[in-house]
Amino acid sequence: MYLRNLLTLVALLAVAGVANAQSRFGEPATQEDIDKSFWTIFPDGEFLPDGEGVAATGRDLFEVNCHICHNFPGENDPVKDEIGKLFGIKDKSGRTNLQQTIGSYWPYSTTVFDYVRRAMPLTSPMSLSNSDYYALTAYLLYENGVIEEDDVMNKDTLPKVEMPNKDGFIMAYPDVPEKYKAKP
Amino acid sequence: MSKNKNPLTIDATNHAAEGGLLNRRLFLNSALATTATLATAGAAYGQDFIGEGQEDWLLYPGTSTLPYGDRSRFEVESVQRFIHDYSEEFLALRMSTYVSRTPLDHMLGTITPSGLHFERSHQGIPDIDPNQHELVIHGKVRQPLKYDIEALENYPTVSKFYFLECSGNSAVLLNDEPTDQSVNAIHGLVSGSEWTGVLLSTLLDETGVGPDAKWIICEGADNGMMHRSIPIDKALDDVMIAIRQNGERIRPSQGYPMRLFIPGFEGNTSIKWLRSIYVSDRPAMSIQETSKYTDMMPDNKSLQFSLLMDTKSVITRPANTMSLKRKGLYEITGLAWSGKGKIARVEVSVDGGKTWADAALEEPIQSKMLTRFRSPWLWDGSPAILQSRATDEFGRMQPTRDEHIAARGQNHIYHYSAIQSWGVGTDGEIKNVFA
Repeated sequence: MYLRNLLTLVALLAVAGVANAQSRFGEPATQEDIDKSFWTIFPDGEFLPDGEGVAATGRDLFEVNCHICHNFPGENDPVKDEIGKLFGIKDKSGRTNLQQTIGSYWPYSTTVFDYVRRAMPLTSPMSLSNSDYYALTAYLLYENGVIEEDDVMNKDTLPKVEMPNKDGFIMAYPDVPEKYKAKP
Repeated sequence: MSKNKNPLTIDATNHAAEGGLLNRRLFLNSALATTATLATAGAAYGQDFIGEGQEDWLLYPGTSTLPYGDRSRFEVESVQRFIHDYSEEFLALRMSTYVSRTPLDHMLGTITPSGLHFERSHQGIPDIDPNQHELVIHGKVRQPLKYDIEALENYPTVSKFYFLECSGNSAVLLNDEPTDQSVNAIHGLVSGSEWTGVLLSTLLDETGVGPDAKWIICEGADNGMMHRSIPIDKALDDVMIAIRQNGERIRPSQGYPMRLFIPGFEGNTSIKWLRSIYVSDRPAMSIQETSKYTDMMPDNKSLQFSLLMDTKSVITRPANTMSLKRKGLYEITGLAWSGKGKIARVEVSVDGGKTWADAALEEPIQSKMLTRFRSPWLWDGSPAILQSRATDEFGRMQPTRDEHIAARGQNHIYHYSAIQSWGVGTDGEIKNVFA
C-alpha cells in the first residue's frame, strides 16, 4: 500500500513536471514581461493603446520635442533634412529621387504611431504620453496631406486612415518578381 | 609550367585571358610568388659582441602577456574601420555615429576580426547589463517563455561561419557618376565571422508554435527598439540566437548579450540586443520594412521584404585608392558571397569584361559565408579595368551595373550587387569607374 502511494505520488509529480516545465532552462513569461518588451502596433490597429490627440496639439509638441532635429513644413535646413525629412516630396538630387516621406511613401498610418512612440524623441523615447504620440501622429499625417486638421487620432480612427501609397508595394519574399531581376 | 624566376618571361601558355591574366594555378606551382623576398643579405657581426646589428627586440626581454590581447602598436593607426566624415552640425544633433565599415583592403582570408566588423545601429550602441536582460518569446505560442543569457548558454549551441552584409552596402554605385572612394568606403558594410548560438527552432520547439504562425516579429532593447518581421519558414530553418562571435561573447556593438542572426538575409533583419519575439500571423509593417529597406523600382512600385542577399563579389586588392608601383606580377584577390548558398565560381577580367578567367577559390567554401578568390596578373603598364564576377551554386550570377539599372533603375538604395570596376591608369593609379 505504501509502495502504491509512493508510485502514485511519483506519477503525479511527473505529470506536474511536464505541465509546468516544458522548457529545459527557460522560465514562464508573465504578461508583465511581455508588456515591457513588446511595442509593436499592427496595421489593423491591434495593440494600439487608449488616448487620443489632434494636429494642433501635435504641432506644439513638435516644436518642443522634434524641431531641434526636424524642419517644420516649408523650412529647408539641409542638416535637418539629412537627419529626416518629414514633410512633402524630397527634392530631386542625384539618384536620391526618393519620395519616402509619410504622405508620399508610407503604406500604413499605424507605422507612424509605432515608430514615433518607440524611437522618438531621440534623446528620450517613450517619454511622452500615448495621447501625446497620437497628437504627433495627427500632426505628421495632417501636414503630409493625409488627414484633416481637426481629425482626432485614437485607436479606432488611426487604423482607418488610408495612406496614398498603400498600393505601392510588392511582396519580394520568398523571391523578387522576375521582371525586377537583373539579367546577366 | 615555367620555372623561370623572371616573371616577365612567362610564356603564352600561362595566359588565361586578355590583358595579362594568368592561369590561376601559377602561384601554386612555381617559385614566382616568393623570389622577390629571398635576397636579403646576412648581418655583419662584430668581433666581441656577437649581437651587433640585431634589433632591440632581440636584445631585450619582451613585455608580459595581457589578460586580453592587443594589436601591434604599429597597426592601431593604420588598420581601422572606415567612418564617414559627418559634419559637426549633423553629429551635434545625432549625438554619435551609427555606422562603421570594415577595412576590406587590409583583410586576407575570410574572417573579420570582431573589432573590425562593420557596425550599424540606428540610435547608438546600448550598454546592456546581461543580468537585467531577457528574451521573451510570446504571441501565437503554446506557452510564453523567457530566457536570459545563462539559460541560453545551457542549450546545445551551433557554431557557423557566416557573412553579414547591410543591404545598403555599395549603394553609392547607383550614383550617376563614380565617386572617388576606397573599397572600404564603398563596400565595407560586409564582414565574416564565426557565430555561435542557439537555433531559434530549439526555443520555438519549447514554446510551441500555433498553426497560424506565419511570421515572427523581433524587437531589440536599444534606444529606438529596432524591430523587423521575419517569415516563419526562415525562423525555423537556420536562424540562431547568437551569443558569441569569433569565440567570445558578442560585443556591445554587435548586440550584446544576444542577437538574432539570420544567415543570408539583409543585415538589418538580424536584430541586435534582442529581447522580444512575437509569433504572429502577419508582419508588423514596421518603419524598417515600409519606409526603409524597401526598394523603389522603375515603375514606382517598391519591393518589400526583399530579404535575401544576392550573389556578389568585389576585388579588394588591388583596388581603388591603391596604386601599382611597378609593372609585373600581381595577385588580384577579393571576396565573394551569396545569401542563398555556396559560391560556385568567380571569374576575373582585366579588360572591362571582354574576356574572363576563372579565379582560384580558397577552401573552405562555405554556404552564406565569404569566399576568398585569387588570380595572378601580369601587368604590362597599359590601362586596365579590373572586374570580378561571382556565380553561386544556384546559378545566380552577378550582373553588370548597366544590367542592374536596366532591371531596377537607380531610385533605390538597397540590394545593389552588380560588378565593381576598378580602372588602372598607365601611372598605376586605380579609380572607381563605371564600365
